Parts: sequence; C-alpha cells; structure tokens
Amino acid sequence: MSFFARFAQNRGALIGLIILLLIIAMAILAPLLFPESPWRMVQRPFLPPLSQDGFPLGTDTMGRNVASGLMHGAWVSLLIGLVSTSVALLIGVPLGAIAGYYGGIIDDILMRFTEFFQTIPNFALAIVLVAIMQPSITSIVLAIAIVSWPPVARFVRAEFMSLRHREYVEAARLVGQSNTTIILRQILPNTLSPIIVLASLMVATAILLESALSFLGLGDPNVMSWGYMIGAARTVIRQAWWLSFFPGVAILLTVLALNLVGEGLDDALNHKLSRER
Amino acid sequence: MNEASTETVLSIRDLNIALPKGADRALAVEDVSYEVKRGEIMCVVGESGSGKSMAANAVMGLLPKGVHATQGEILFEGQDLLALSEKQHRALRGLKIGMIFQEPMTALNPLMRVGAQIAEVFEAHGQLTPKERQARALELLIEVGIPQPEKAIRAYPFELSGGQRQRVMIAMALALEPVLLIADEPTTALDVTTQAQILELIRDLQQRRGMAVMFITHDFGVVAEIANRVCVMRHGKIVELGDAKPVLENPQNAYTQALIAAIPSNAVPPHRETSQVAPLLEIKQLSKVFRSRGGWLKPSREVHALDDVSLTLARGETVGIVGESGSGKSTLGRCVVRLEHPDSGELLLDGVNLSQLKGDALRRERHRVQMIFQDPYASLNPRTKVGMAIAQGPIANGTPKATALKQAGELLDMVGLGASAVERFPHEFSGGQRQRIGIARALALNPELIVADEAVSALDVSIQAQVLELLEELKQRLSLSLLFITHDLRVAAHICDRIVVMQHGRIVEQGSAEQIFLAPQEAYTQDLLKAIPGREAPVAATA
Amino acid sequence: MVYARLILMRLLKAVIVLFLIVIFNFLLIQLASGDPAAILAGEAGAADQEFLDQLRERFGLDQPMYVQLWHYVSGIAMLDFGYSYRLGVPGFDLLMERLPATLLLTGTAFVLSLVLGIVAGSMAAARVKKPSGSLIMALALVFYATPLFWVALMSVVVFSVYLCWLPAYGLYTVGAGHTGLALVLDVAKHLVLPATTLALFFMAIYTRMTRTSMLEAAQQDYVKTARAKGLKPSIIQRRHVLRNALLPIITLAGLQAGQMVGGAILTDTGFARPGIGPLNVRSPWAARLQPTGGHFLLLGGAGDCLQHHYRFGVQPG
Repeated sequence: MSFFARFAQNRGALIGLIILLLIIAMAILAPLLFPESPWRMVQRPFLPPLSQDGFPLGTDTMGRNVASGLMHGAWVSLLIGLVSTSVALLIGVPLGAIAGYYGGIIDDILMRFTEFFQTIPNFALAIVLVAIMQPSITSIVLAIAIVSWPPVARFVRAEFMSLRHREYVEAARLVGQSNTTIILRQILPNTLSPIIVLASLMVATAILLESALSFLGLGDPNVMSWGYMIGAARTVIRQAWWLSFFPGVAILLTVLALNLVGEGLDDALNHKLSRER
Repeated sequence: MNEASTETVLSIRDLNIALPKGADRALAVEDVSYEVKRGEIMCVVGESGSGKSMAANAVMGLLPKGVHATQGEILFEGQDLLALSEKQHRALRGLKIGMIFQEPMTALNPLMRVGAQIAEVFEAHGQLTPKERQARALELLIEVGIPQPEKAIRAYPFELSGGQRQRVMIAMALALEPVLLIADEPTTALDVTTQAQILELIRDLQQRRGMAVMFITHDFGVVAEIANRVCVMRHGKIVELGDAKPVLENPQNAYTQALIAAIPSNAVPPHRETSQVAPLLEIKQLSKVFRSRGGWLKPSREVHALDDVSLTLARGETVGIVGESGSGKSTLGRCVVRLEHPDSGELLLDGVNLSQLKGDALRRERHRVQMIFQDPYASLNPRTKVGMAIAQGPIANGTPKATALKQAGELLDMVGLGASAVERFPHEFSGGQRQRIGIARALALNPELIVADEAVSALDVSIQAQVLELLEELKQRLSLSLLFITHDLRVAAHICDRIVVMQHGRIVEQGSAEQIFLAPQEAYTQDLLKAIPGREAPVAATA
Repeated sequence: MVYARLILMRLLKAVIVLFLIVIFNFLLIQLASGDPAAILAGEAGAADQEFLDQLRERFGLDQPMYVQLWHYVSGIAMLDFGYSYRLGVPGFDLLMERLPATLLLTGTAFVLSLVLGIVAGSMAAARVKKPSGSLIMALALVFYATPLFWVALMSVVVFSVYLCWLPAYGLYTVGAGHTGLALVLDVAKHLVLPATTLALFFMAIYTRMTRTSMLEAAQQDYVKTARAKGLKPSIIQRRHVLRNALLPIITLAGLQAGQMVGGAILTDTGFARPGIGPLNVRSPWAARLQPTGGHFLLLGGAGDCLQHHYRFGVQPG
C-alpha cells in the first residue's frame, strides 16, 4: 500500500488534511482578497456578521474588518507554528541524540538541563521570555521554541537509547563506522517517522501557545493574529460575542486539523515500522 | 511413566481455526483431531508458525482477536467447548482447565504480590474465605517447591527468578486441581538446568494428581523427556500422531524424520583433530565488573560478569563458550569484539593487545574481529538495503563503494542467497535468510576471528541445522577461526572443536568437545549435560 | 529510615532545582531590555538624575553583577520577592494574597481532570472500535484543540450571559457579605466555570493517555494469565489492566501539575479572578520580575515534588 493510501484509510486524517489545506489557502489568499491592512478602520464599529456586503463577519470595536483579520491571522498562526517547531527540533533533536547515544555523564548533564526547563511551567516561561525580549514575531517564535524543545530532546533520547544497543547499530560499530555516521545513517533515519508525527502535534501546540500569548496582549503589535482578536474583544463579550467566536473557531479548527493529520501520519508511517523494528 | 488409562479428557475433532484476512495463510489449524487422556502427557510439537498453540488457545477460549474456529468440535467432559458462551467458558478456566505460558517474566502482574495472585484463582470461582485462600496459596507454593515459601507469598514477581516465577504459574494453574493442564512452551525461556527441574515438577505433579497434560513445545529433546504421546504439526496440519516411543525411534513422516535428524547430533560430538599451531587469540586474566548505580534506596550493586578468564584459540579452530544465562559468556564475546571495555586483563590477537585500545585506534583494528548476532530481526537496519548493509564495513575502511557492493554480491552468493539480494530490503527475507546475510556481513572485512553470539538460538531447528551446515562449510573453505557462544550444548557439540564451560563469570572447565561430553570432570558440567532434554531417552539415530 | 532518607534526598534535589530557577530568573532580569531604575522612576512619577542614582543605590543596581546576584538570591531565600510599585505592596504579600485563589482553582481542576480523564479513558479503552468509544476520543480531541481562554469567554457568554446559571467573574460576590456556608457556596459557584474550563484541556490529555496506556497493558501476558484463571472481565480490567496502566498517567499528571498553572494564568484572566495569573502577566511589564520569580519557584518545585510523591505511592517495594 502506498503511503497516501495508508494515510487516507484514517478518515479523520483525511478531513484534517482538507481543513488544513483550506486554512493554508486562507493564508495565501489573504493579501489577494484583502489587500488592505487588517488594522485599517474601514467601517463603523460593532457591525454584526452578514449585515453588510464585504463584511461577512462584521467589524470589531474599532471598525476593522473581522474577515480580513481572520485571513491574515491564518498566515501568522501557521508561520509561527512552523518556524517555532523547526527551531525546537533544531535544539531538541541534536541534544536528545547526543544524550541518548553517548549516555553517561554527557547524558546526565544534558538531561538535568532538560529537566530544569521542564520544571518551569511552559506558559509562564513563555510569557516572561516574550515580555523581556519585547513582543515581536521573532521573540514569540524563540519563546515558543525554548519552551517546546525539552519533550523533543527527551523523546529523541529515549529512541536513541533503545536503538543504540540494537544489533545493527553494534554491527555498524564493529565494522568501524564513525559515531557521526552511525548517528546520522543508522539511528536517525529510524527515529524520523515518530519525530515527524511529534512535529505535527508540536505545530498545533505552538499555534495554541501563540494565540494565548496574543490573547494576553503579548503578540507582535504589527501583525493581526487570532489570539489578539479574541483578547481585544474580551471586554465587549456581552455586546459582541461574535468578535471572539470566529477567531476561536479558527484556532480550534487549525489545531484540530493538525492533530488529525498527526494521527494519520502516525498510522501511515509507524505501523509498518512497528512490525519492522 | 505409568501406562496411560483410557479415559479421554479432551477430544478435538476436525478442528479448523481461521486466521484474519491478510495473514499468510487462511487457516491456522486445519482438520486437526487428537485426544488427551487422563494421566497422560500429550506433546504437541512443531516449529514456529505450525499452529501448535492454536488448538490449546481454542480449548481455553483465549484465541486472539479475529481468530476463530470455523469447523469441528472440542469435547471436554462431554460438552463442546466451541459451543460455550464466554461466561460458561470462563467458569471452566482455572477450575477444570489450568494453563501455564512461555514467558514467566511477564506472565505475572508486576504490581501484585504472589500470594494475592494465587488467591485470585479461588476468588474467581467463589471458593474459600480470604484467609483460607492465603493458606492454600502457601500450601501450593510449598508443593511446587519454592524456596522460603512464607517469604515468597508476600513477594512481588520481580523479586523471584524465572524458574521460581514459572513455579508460581504452575501453583496458580493447579490451585483448583484441574482435570487438564495446558502447558504452552513452559520451559523455553528457562536455562537448561532450570528447564530440567520444571519438567521434573510437571511430570511429578501430573503423576501424583493423575491429570491430563497437553504440553506444547518445539523441542524434540523435551518430547523425549516427558511425552506419553506425540502430535507433530506443520503448517497447521498434523503430520504424525502416536505414542512417544515409536514416533521418536521410528518416525514415519519425512518431516518428523527431518526434525529429529536436525537436533544437533545427539550430544556426542565426533572426534576432531585439535590443531597445535600458535594461538590466534589469547585471552589473559580478563575481568569485567558491571556496576549498577545506586539509587536513593538501594546501594550500588556489582556483578562480576567476567572473573579472571583465560583461554586461547588457535587459527582455524572453533571454540565453544557454553553456559547458562548470567554465566558471562556473552560478556566475554562482547569484550573480544570490544563492544565492551574489559576492566583488566589482555586480549592478544596475533600478539597485538586489543583490550585497552580506544577511539580511532580501536576503530582501525575493528575489522580484524567481526561478530554474528543472535536476533536475525534486530541485526539488520530495516532501512538499509542488504547489499549496503554488507558493503558498509569495507566502505568505512576505505574500499570504493562500487567495489564494496560488488563484493557484497559475491558474498551473498557464497552464503546461498544469490547476488540479486543486494538490492532488496531485510524485511523481504526470512529469519534464516537474514542470519545468512549477517554471516556475509561478518565475512565482508576478511576478519581473522569471528565471534558468533547465540547465532542460531533464535531459529527453528530445521533452519538451525541449515545455518550450522553453512558455517561448517565456510569454516572449511575459508579456514575461519570461530568463537562460538551458545547456551545449547547440543549445538556446541555439533560445531566446536573445543568447549569452554562458564558459570558466574568464571571458567569451570575447558577441553576438547569429546572430552567435555564423554568425560566431564567438574560437577557443574555433569549437571549441565544431565539436564540436556532427551539425552538419555531413545531418539532415532541421526544421519 | 529508608523512607526518611528518600524524602530528604527529594527535598535536597528540590532545593537545588529551586536555586537554579532563581539564578535563571536573575539572568532573565539582566537580559530584560531597559534600565530597571528608569522604569521604576517612571512608575514613581519622578525622573531626575538624582532620583535615578538614589534608586540604583537602593536596589544595588550600581554593584557588580555577582553582588547583585547574591542580593537577589539571599533576598529570595528570605522570602523577599521584591516590591510592586504599582500596587504599593511587597511582592511576597502580593503573592500570599493571590495564591489561595490560584491554588483553589488549580487544585480543583487537577483533581477534576485526573478523575474524569481516567474514567473517560478507561471507558474509551473498553469500547475500542465502538461508536461510543470513538465519540469519547473525538470529544477529547476537540477539548485538546480548543484554546482555554476562548472556552472561558464562550462559557461566560453561554452560562452567565444567556442562561444566567452561574456567575461570570471574580472569586466571590463582592459586597454580598456572605459568611460561613453561604460564602463557601458562593465561592464554589464562582469556581465552577473556571475549574471546568481549566480541567477540560488536561482531562483531554489524561483521557488519551489512559486509553493508550490501558490498551497497551491489556496486551500484556499477565492479562492472559488472569483470563486463564477465569476472572471476570471487570475484575481483570480494574485489578490487572488499570492498575498497571495508571503508573505512567500519574507520573505525567505530576509533571502537568506545574503546567496547569500556565493554564490558570489564562483562566484567571478570562474570568477576572484575583489569582497570581494576572500578576504574572503584569509583573514583567514593569521589569519587576520578582513576583514572577516567586511564582516559578513555588510551582516548579511543587510540581517536581508532587510527581515523585505520587509515583512513590504507586510503585511496589
């Protein structure tokens, strides 16, 4: 069975993929459909949804177009999710690989370091980091990456620890392959599928984190994001619930889609593996 | 063994068991009929995939999900077990039919005390008061011969050895004095001396209680040891059925004959010339201690895996290292290939001391000693093509890729797989074929010495015989020097010139294979030999 | 004796972790952009050079880094968590005043999520491949994917604004002057929405974990042994499967206890509760990280200890 056929066997994964593609389309089409900045006040405030052409989701407290904000926000969420996950992987995978492969004191030191980061509540740390670095896309990406790498490191370490005593790895050592070659050629390829699955779930978590930061007012002040939209509408929730409702649904759908895709990837990539390894 | 009575306890008739779609065959078991009578041990023998355990699982109502009987009946005390509801079946399990399994290490709940797990059997069938249950549990533990039963009853499984756990399993299975005991490979995971004790216990209890026993095994040695009757299975069908003695001495079916013949020659090695040339490998006073780091609770523990071990191996010679688990035999092999770092002592290969080399210096010498691993499934990287797996060594040592791959093809040809295997992935091969690939990989660097660590232990007997034959042939052709590590004395007898017996990290005895088998000096060696299942029982002459 | 030693070692480890967190916190303050004195002066409303110097001297900002570090660490050790100029109270008092509300919220949510998660997870494990089992897992996935703060807002809209069932904001009804049982009831009423909101996300995690863990445990050999004894499926599930499956979940729950406070920040903000959540958010803005430091300290350490305590209770021997 091909990879996609196995993936598509999981109906939820297929639905997730479709939702995800729609959201990606939203992000790409945003500048075409709404070329104006989503921050511009274009109509009177508190316009309810479907009450006027061109403003299908109404306007917010400042008279900004909610639909435009939602589409531009998709771009920010996906970007921050992807980049921060990549950065977290860049920190976590090498640390975990080295700790797991070499073991001993190196492992002890790296794992104490990792545990230390895990002890601090993620979200609290992210808030502090963003506040210190001043809110911007870069600082948010960094903060999310810094709070998300420890689980990656622990996971990769566990995989490496179980694989480094596999007989094929020992055979590679015996024929004289160098440690670097063994790590990159023998072990890493065999941990890649679960890492990919983990990464898809991390993107989802990163999007949640970003929205929470923006909700608290710690978002990049120059970009429109879903979390900011909900946060800004918090005080008027009694008058205009829809201002918070739609961005929330957007976050929910994105995170849900990523999780479904992750589960599908898990089915497609790892089932064969569980028989193989 | 007393003569079996005629009262039939279990009767299986025309049984078909279907496997779920997508399995490698449609029926796990096809047209199987046999009976088990009161007071007899019926051995169901077969290699992996023969379906030998399936009927037993059907009897217990414990067939895996998606597997079910499609034809036939299983009569037990007059009722058809296949027609029972799950609830009715449950009422029989443990009460009338007891079962023990292969893996004593995982068959007990790790979070429950042994006593509570035995008491559960009474609870399940609503018998006795909690206090009486504990008392009975203690009696049972005494009956199965657990040392310090008062302590064992309060122990958690991890505090017991494998053999002790299997005794607990037996105590549980026998708690309600069942009419039928099903034993599914109960000694396969145990050391040979423990295996002998457990077999003895089962036979003893069976005779005392007059139970019927259905004993499932892959080992004809075990069959010879305890069976009254034998049922040989292959690919889900019965190929031979009859009393133990005639089947073992004069098997009618070709497959049974092959299986019996494949048992590495009946533990009496042929005479071999021992070479007197200069030693290739000299091991001098090698020691290795494993220290488990102490936690908050427990103090650090030291295990002397190797304690002052010295031996030599001549060029072109095969030396067998034999011992039970924990004897240090594998540690010795891993030190020789330098996957472990010995604490002290010397490892002289052709006069060069390998024992203290490290880093790059070690890496440069690695090609001289290679290893054949135990597990044919774990020893090949699932994502690396077979040709590349073999060529990796030469490439790492500077051979150009194209040349190395060409050599890999030649090697695959030599081990009987054909050069076309180069382009295929490991999962396309069977266990025996993978082991051949492992041998080709070990040969790729033209090593001076090959260490084979339980190289045939994971294989079925018939495959085992083929791989041993290949090794024998390569040995002659390439004049290989082999350090052959095994727990199986029969295998050692088959291939080794000299044998070293180890226990608790020390060498107990060493000598020519003939000498060890025919005139063992040490008590431990004698025990080991005595424990080989079926050694003294009549077994058909081997070819 | 052994137990005492164990506790001692745990405490020692916790102290080391706390110490490292304090140093980490200090380094973060140093990294913070802007001159703390200038910000303090700004808050106080006076910005002349003399006042700035005075402030620098008073807070030791003119001292070398290591001296500052020493002051900081010894200050924390003496429970001096700085001074909040905006609110005009010492950080420690502020923390103590806000802590009960947060502990009440996280504690309730923790118990709620763990109990419901384990129950839902076991139910889903027992109903694998049945519609009811899939429904539980689908719900868990949705709860997992929903932003906490959004649930907070939406539940206010539904349950407080439209249905008028429950109070929306605050810790208790201000000015009602409830005492005794009435006060307890009032506080409990105010707790329902925030605790449920916070618990939903973590419940989703525990549900998924419990299910996976139980399905895994059900594959183990000892479960087959239990079946061979003729035990009832319900007893097998409870005594053999669930007990073994619980260990990893409780380990994780202990780790999550600290993370839950991250969620509490959002819930506190969403429901305008006077917990340490809003404090945490505002403090760094004023580059006054001490209250946040105390926050880390308490919760990081607590989570760490909790996890090991629970594990110890579950493991044999």
